[in-house]
Amino acid sequence: MIRFLLKRLLNMLPLVIGISFISFAILRLAPGDFVTTLSQDPNLSKEAVAQMRAEYGLDKPWLVQYFLWLFNALRLNFGYSLAYHIPVVTLMMQRLGNTLLLSICALAFSWGVAIPLGVCAAVRRNTWIDRFVSLFAFAGISTPGFFLALLLLLFAQKTGWFPIGGMHSSDADLMSPSERLWDVARHLMLPTLVLGIGGCAGIMRQMRGSLLDTLRENYITASRARGLSERVVIWKHGFRNAINPLITIFGFSLAGLLSGAALVENVMSWPGLGRLILEAVQSGDQYVVMGSFVMSATLLLLGNLFSDVLLAVTDPRIKLGRG
Amino acid sequence: MSELPAPQEETLEGSGKSQTPGQLAWGQLRRNRVAMAAGIVVCLLYLMAIFGEFISPYPVADIRPALYHHPPTPIVWHDAAGHFSLQPYALGMKKDAKDEYVPDPTVRAPIRLFNTGFAYKLLWIVPLRIHLFGTSGDFPFFPLGTDHLGRDVFSRLVVGSQVSLSIGLVAIAITFSIGLLVGGAAGFYGGRVDNVLMRLCEVLQSIPSFYLLIALAGILPTKIPPAVTFLMIIGILSFVGWAGLARVIRGITLSVREREYVEAARALGVSDFKIIVRHLLPSTFTIAIVNATLAIPGFILAEAGLSFLGLGIRDPVPSWGNMLNEARDLEVLTRATWILAPGFLIFITVIAFNTLGDGLRDALDPKLRR
Repeated sequence: MIRFLLKRLLNMLPLVIGISFISFAILRLAPGDFVTTLSQDPNLSKEAVAQMRAEYGLDKPWLVQYFLWLFNALRLNFGYSLAYHIPVVTLMMQRLGNTLLLSICALAFSWGVAIPLGVCAAVRRNTWIDRFVSLFAFAGISTPGFFLALLLLLFAQKTGWFPIGGMHSSDADLMSPSERLWDVARHLMLPTLVLGIGGCAGIMRQMRGSLLDTLRENYITASRARGLSERVVIWKHGFRNAINPLITIFGFSLAGLLSGAALVENVMSWPGLGRLILEAVQSGDQYVVMGSFVMSATLLLLGNLFSDVLLAVTDPRIKLGRG
Repeated sequence: MSELPAPQEETLEGSGKSQTPGQLAWGQLRRNRVAMAAGIVVCLLYLMAIFGEFISPYPVADIRPALYHHPPTPIVWHDAAGHFSLQPYALGMKKDAKDEYVPDPTVRAPIRLFNTGFAYKLLWIVPLRIHLFGTSGDFPFFPLGTDHLGRDVFSRLVVGSQVSLSIGLVAIAITFSIGLLVGGAAGFYGGRVDNVLMRLCEVLQSIPSFYLLIALAGILPTKIPPAVTFLMIIGILSFVGWAGLARVIRGITLSVREREYVEAARALGVSDFKIIVRHLLPSTFTIAIVNATLAIPGFILAEAGLSFLGLGIRDPVPSWGNMLNEARDLEVLTRATWILAPGFLIFITVIAFNTLGDGLRDALDPKLRR
C-alpha cells in the first residue's frame, strides 16, 4: 500500500510541475506584474515595493522568475494578497475548508440519491420508474448549475424557508455553538442541492447501465436458480460487482464538482475558493489567482488518488503497486 | 431506441440493395423519434440565430431608461369592443399607485406579421426593414419584457443566440482538429511522442476547467472590440477543452493501428501521413462525432458561465450568459423574473444537443447500444 502511494505521488510530480508552469505562464501573460498595482498603493513605501520586487525576482529573466516562484510555492509561500493584505496561503486555507465542506456535502447528496435511484431504475427496467429516472437524469445533466442556483435563490426569497446566500447569518456571532452549526447547515442546503443535482445524473445513468450489465451475468442466473431471495441477488451479488466502474468515475466527477462549485459559490455567495479566484481575477490580485488555481488542481489530484485507493479497497481483484 | 436488430455493416453481396454505413446510420437515426425531435429543435435554434434580426422587433442596443424592467406585454385576442378577433393586440401598460406595471385595456395596438421596423441586413447581406412581427409606430411591445436599461429581452435573446450558439460550433471545430491531430499522432507513433502528448493532456485535465477558464478570461484586456473578445473566448475554450477528445481518439487509434489493413498499408510502403489520414482517422470518426455532439453543450455552458460572471462576452453585445448577469442581484430577480428567459433557452439547447448526441451514438455505433 505504501509503495503504491509513493509511486502514485511520484507520478504526480510531472503533473504538478506542468500545472505550475501553466499558472506561471498565465501570471506572465497578465498585463503588468503584481507589484505595478502595489506601487500605486500610498500606504506602501518605495523601499517596501523594491524589496518585494527583489524577493519575487521580478527584475530577473522569466526562467529565473519561474524557478523563484516555484521555489516559493513549494514552501507554501504563494505571495501576498493585494486586496486582503495578508499572505495568500492564509487566505486560501480559510476558503479551502469552505469549498471542501460544500463539495463533500454535494458528493454525499448526489451519491446518496443517485445510487438507490439507479438501482431502482435497473431493477424495474422499462417501467415508468425507469423512464422517470432517466428523464430526471437528462434534465439534471442539461440544467446549467448557475441557472438552477438562481431559480433556487428566487424560491428561497419567495418562501423564506432558506437563507439567501452566504454562509452565516448576520447575527452568527451571538449564537451558541449548536445554533451556529445549524445556521451553517441551513446555509449549506441550497448550494448542496444545486451541486448535488448536477452530479446525480451521471452517477445514476452509470449505476443503471452497470447494474443492468451485471444482472445479465451467469452467476446472477445461478444465484437466482439457487433460490436466493431477490434482495440478496441484487444487493449482494449484483450491486457489489456493479459499483466498481462507479468508483472510477468518482475520480472524474471531482473535476466537474470543483468547476461547478466555482460557479455556485459565486451565485450563492458561498465563501469558497471559486469565489476567491473570481474576486481576485476582477481586482487584479494575481498571486491569489495563481494560488487558488494551483490549490484547486492539487485538490483534484488528491481526489483522483483517493478514488484509486478506494477502488483497490473495494475490489480485491485489483492489486496495488503492480500496475 | 428501436428494438429492431442492428443492421450489419456488410450487406450480402448480390442482394441488390446495399447501403453505405452513412445511410444505415441515417436510417437508424430516423427511427429514433426523440433524437429526431431534438435534431429539429437544434435546427430551429440555429435558424433563429441566422435570422436573428429579422425575428427581433427592436435593435438589441436600444435603450429606454423610462421603461426599465417593463414586464412582458400582454397579448389579447379581442378588439376594443371586447369581440373576439383573429388579429392579436398588444395591450399597453401603465404604472399604478404602488409604482408597479398593470395592463391598461384602453390602450392597444395590433400586432402585425411582417411589420416594418428598424433597418438591418438579412444574412448580413440583404438590406431590409421587414420584421417577422411588431407593432406600428413606437407602441411598446416587449414579448419578454425589458432589462435594467429598458432593452427588449426578446430581441436580445434572439440575437444573443448568435454568440451563444456559434461559440459552441467554432470551439468544437477547433478542439476537434487539435484532438484528431494530437490523438492520432500519439496513438500512431506511440513511445515517447505518445508519452509527452499524453502527459500534456493529463496536466490540462487535472486542473478544474472552470478555474482555468476564469484565470485565462481574467487576463483578457477589457478594452478590446467585441469581435476580438469573441475570438479570444473561443480560443480559451478550445485550449481548455481539447485534451479529453485527444485521449479518446488516441485510444481508438492505438487499437486500430494493429489491424491487418494498416499493417498491409505499411508493408506496401504507404507514407505515415497517408496511413493516418486515410486509414486511422476515418475509423475514429464515428466515435469522434458522437463525442463532439456531446461536447458542444459543455462549451455553450462554459461560455454562458463565463459571460454570466462578467468575464466572457461583455455588454452591450448580448449573449445568453451575460443577459443573466443582471439576475445575480436578488432584488432585481424577484421584481423582474422574466430576465431569467435566457436560462430556459440554454436548458433547451443543452438538452437538445445531449439527446441528439445520444441518438447519434445509438445510430452510429450499434455495439454501444444499451
